[in-house]
Amino acid sequence: MNIDHEYRTDISSGWNRKHILGLQDLSRDELNIILNQASEFKRLAAIGETKLTPLAGTVVANLFFEPSTRTRISFGLAAKRLSADTVDFSASGSSLSKGESFVDTAKTIEAMGVSYVVVRHKTPGAPQLLAQHLDANILNAGDGTHEHPTQALLDIFTIREHFGKIEGLTVTLVGDILHSRVARSNIWGLKKLGAHVIVCGPTTLIPSEISKLGVEVSSNLDDVLPRTDCLNLLRIQFERQRGHYFPSIREYAHLFGMNKQRINKAKENVLILAPGPINRGVEITPDVADGPHSIILGQVSNGLIIRMACLYLLHLQRTASLGTPG
Amino acid sequence: MKSILIKNGRIIDPSQDLDQPGNLLIENGKITGLCEATVTADEIIDATGLIVSPGFIDLHVSLCEPGFEEDETIESGTAAALAGGVTSLGCLPNTSPVVDDRSSAEFILLQAERAANCHVYPLGAITKNQEGKELAEIGQLVAGKAVGFTDADRPIDNAQIMRCALEYTRMFDRPILNRPQVAELTDKGQMHEGFHSTVLGLKGIPAAAEEIMVNRDIALAELTQGRIHLMCISTQNSVSQIRRAKATGIHVTADVTPLHLTLTDQMLENYDPNFKVLPPLRTQEHIDALIVGLKDGTIDAICSDHTPHAAEKKTDEILGADFGIIGLETLLPVCLQSLITPGHLSWLELISKLTVGPAQILGLEKGTLAEGADADITLINPDIRYILEPTMLKSSSHNTPFLGKELQGRAEVVIVSGEIRFRAEN
Ligand SMILES: [Zn+2]
Repeated sequence: MNIDHEYRTDISSGWNRKHILGLQDLSRDELNIILNQASEFKRLAAIGETKLTPLAGTVVANLFFEPSTRTRISFGLAAKRLSADTVDFSASGSSLSKGESFVDTAKTIEAMGVSYVVVRHKTPGAPQLLAQHLDANILNAGDGTHEHPTQALLDIFTIREHFGKIEGLTVTLVGDILHSRVARSNIWGLKKLGAHVIVCGPTTLIPSEISKLGVEVSSNLDDVLPRTDCLNLLRIQFERQRGHYFPSIREYAHLFGMNKQRINKAKENVLILAPGPINRGVEITPDVADGPHSIILGQVSNGLIIRMACLYLLHLQRTASLGTPG
Repeated sequence: MKSILIKNGRIIDPSQDLDQPGNLLIENGKITGLCEATVTADEIIDATGLIVSPGFIDLHVSLCEPGFEEDETIESGTAAALAGGVTSLGCLPNTSPVVDDRSSAEFILLQAERAANCHVYPLGAITKNQEGKELAEIGQLVAGKAVGFTDADRPIDNAQIMRCALEYTRMFDRPILNRPQVAELTDKGQMHEGFHSTVLGLKGIPAAAEEIMVNRDIALAELTQGRIHLMCISTQNSVSQIRRAKATGIHVTADVTPLHLTLTDQMLENYDPNFKVLPPLRTQEHIDALIVGLKDGTIDAICSDHTPHAAEKKTDEILGADFGIIGLETLLPVCLQSLITPGHLSWLELISKLTVGPAQILGLEKGTLAEGADADITLINPDIRYILEPTMLKSSSHNTPFLGKELQGRAEVVIVSGEIRFRAEN
């Protein structure tokens, strides 16, 4: 069936963004349009409408210059659910042939008839760069330590689903804030939607002047737990940080790991998110990860519909700007 | 050699505290002095509306030859210098091979002579191959006419080496030029550490990375009685430390780039690698402190820190891009924009930082319009406005954020040793 006409006016009106580069740029209304569009896809999936056709005949390129199997599969599947053809390109930054720049590579791939580019790159600003040089609509799948908008949107979607709202909630991001693109995107999105955001982690992993973003800063998880409605446990990359930012994994788990005792200090209906892949026994103990408060696998399925919503909205902008009747 | 009369200009010479309308006569490559407008000469330049200034002196410039001719050559770099009003420059030893022996210093001089643009003064490396481990043959380099010593973009990490360098160069009365940055704190850093680095997700370089080494170098200069010159300082605390050291008689001097007086870390918000420089662009509070430091004499000189990079080295992606931008040809307009237009410095004060200040640091008998001095003169058009186009640049590299931007002010005519070497095209 062609779902295109059924809901584009009520859900997606007001959308005219060409790219989704980060949540810093998006307004509250635009964030809500994406979340509502995702809800609609979730409703359709629930009634068995899993194969939709709005992007039929278009090509989505997944350009992954940094390895991430999970995210790549999620984007690829989202494109296929909307009936787009997909092109995959994976390379580590260094394996590009000598002298060929990242932009050149992307342009070459674009020339194969690509309309939508999903890009993951280790350099902050790489999606912005593509937006300047390509005609395609760009969707940021994570740029270095800058932003990861779809991951944050799925976190926010999951929270909204659980509590029925974002406004007025207290959301605590725990762990490596300094190196986390997920944290940055979450902060922009949650603040715009009216949440109180606390960032909590070792002082070495809290970036300077982050309080200017309007967040509360804490290094004491036990202090902030009783006020927290939702905990988002960021992944710690031990191989990079050991010995510099904190002394040991054991000490990290002791200070910031989510375990049974801490659950008892938290609000009764506290929701625990973890963008994964989680280090069991470190950020979270297995009993908590698999317990009633945690919604880790639910996040994964919500990731798919968020990515569908983003691709679909970019498609609406594109067809509108080309003057093609939808 | 012919005589030249420069008529009806505004003559500004900080070495004589001079700012007055007048006419200047040049004979046999030397300055004869102020004169009547009716004096006869082989060539007459009408300087109505122009400032007649001693030629600018740029303390440290990367000319990239030998070894990095894809970025710049001595010929193209000195042509860019002339176009920027610079008549003398200190040439950094960061070439390949490094200028760490006499013959390599002499090669620079020979190539500069062939180019016949501006005067070039070699700066020798402090350590062999700029490795920071063993002192270079400093005495041999002095014999090869090196005017100062520096490991260029590589700060001297080892305090004992720095101590020895400061002690050893005392024998030759030459300065040590160091770029203060503690390596452990700048490692992988892309920009100033602060609010904007947090938002952009780029690794920051804290102001302390500079201030720690400024403090160390001052302590070592005090210990050794050597002469330390701190290149491209950029922070509030650096300025106050240098101010205090000067007050106690320690031989410390400092320069700043026009970039660090004009642009802030916010400029990186579009990830343009042309704003990626070392030290990084800081915040307005730091800029304000640098301007106070210029005004009260804590900072002695303004320097372009000309750092050419061929396009392939200034890649699109910010993480892969080399640090630095070209600066010779925008030196004057950017100073004008950041210092003269807002009323921070007078023309006399600005020109002093571009002439007397650097001449004293490198020990050059330059930067003056006094009778008998070498006729190195820059005629400044302070009012002209233009859009900076790539075709205007004499430098072989085009890595500057000012391309396509409107600039005000330029060098109109540049005279070196009594010869007109540059005239701006209309
Ligand atoms: Zn270079």
